[in-house]
Amino acid sequence: MWQELREELHPQGFELVTVGLDTLGAADCRAFIEAANPAHPSLIDQHHVMADLFGVVNIPSSIWINEAGMIVRPAEAAPPPPANAAATAPQMPDEIPQRMLDIMTEATKIQSDPDAYHHALKDWVEKGDDSEFALDAETVIARSRPRDHDKALGHAHFELASYLETEGDHKLAIKHFREAHRLVPDSWTFRRQAWSLEKAGDGLFARFMQGPSTGKDWPYEGDWLTDIRAEGAENYYESWRP
Amino acid sequence: MLLKSLHISVPDFEKATGWHIKPEGACKGDVCIPLTQQPTELIDIEQLAADMSLPLASEPDHDVWALGPDSIGGRALTTAEAPNLTLPDLDGNLFELSSLKGQKILVYAWAPY
Repeated sequence: MWQELREELHPQGFELVTVGLDTLGAADCRAFIEAANPAHPSLIDQHHVMADLFGVVNIPSSIWINEAGMIVRPAEAAPPPPANAAATAPQMPDEIPQRMLDIMTEATKIQSDPDAYHHALKDWVEKGDDSEFALDAETVIARSRPRDHDKALGHAHFELASYLETEGDHKLAIKHFREAHRLVPDSWTFRRQAWSLEKAGDGLFARFMQGPSTGKDWPYEGDWLTDIRAEGAENYYESWRP
Repeated sequence: MLLKSLHISVPDFEKATGWHIKPEGACKGDVCIPLTQQPTELIDIEQLAADMSLPLASEPDHDVWALGPDSIGGRALTTAEAPNLTLPDLDGNLFELSSLKGQKILVYAWAPY
């Protein structure tokens, strides 16, 4: 879907760079990327430098950068192109666990504005910095995520956690993931990354269940279903602003 | 950035953080932070973290540290100048965002979970 859009806009001097955020590295990104077989750069971000460098707190998110290398829109929710939304519904098996059904129900309540976003994107690709949707430097900085010293420290703990996980020290990874969650409560990616490592079985949904399953201790304060219900699915993404 | 030592080379620091060590201090975009000591080859990370108010977290069991990002101005971005994001592709080949200069770029973050 994004790929088709990229093919459409590429002749106008546009390039798409996709970045998969996952502590497990290429392992679980590979199937998605190979199925898409993209002509554009497709990268793996094992320790979430996208959070440090751009303030990414949720996925999917996008950052727009102009020809001169200036950010013209900071990290914001990036809905799929509207015309393709229906065609991208994933194939689901017949047997879906109840928790997964509940998650999918919540997910349908998540709000985004694909029409406005993609109208803006095409306008920017056509007009460049003259587009009303290309923001000036001051606005770009002001609209990037709030970050204080505590949050920055939370990022450091997240990076430690992700590294410790890759070193096979899951227990200590949890300690630092928890600290990251405490210090950066507005990052869904920091939470979902940690939750997804507590796999529920080996099935298709193992990394998507992201919550307690029977016979297993759950090491985190929150989980996907509890947190989305508490915060409201409609607040999952910040609403898009022109 | 992850650290196995509290003394790292200037290029490694610059590459990972987007901050550049100049005579006037550590600089990114229009912002420069004066440093108490001008690093030559190796940076004393503890001193630099103090000078720049960068958080430093550690895990003694693994002799590893992580230097967190800056929070100058209270925002994720200190400058609108895009950092030179450098990450591997599926085959491990490093890609630099700066190689696309001259094009409009949409960086799209996703995850397989």
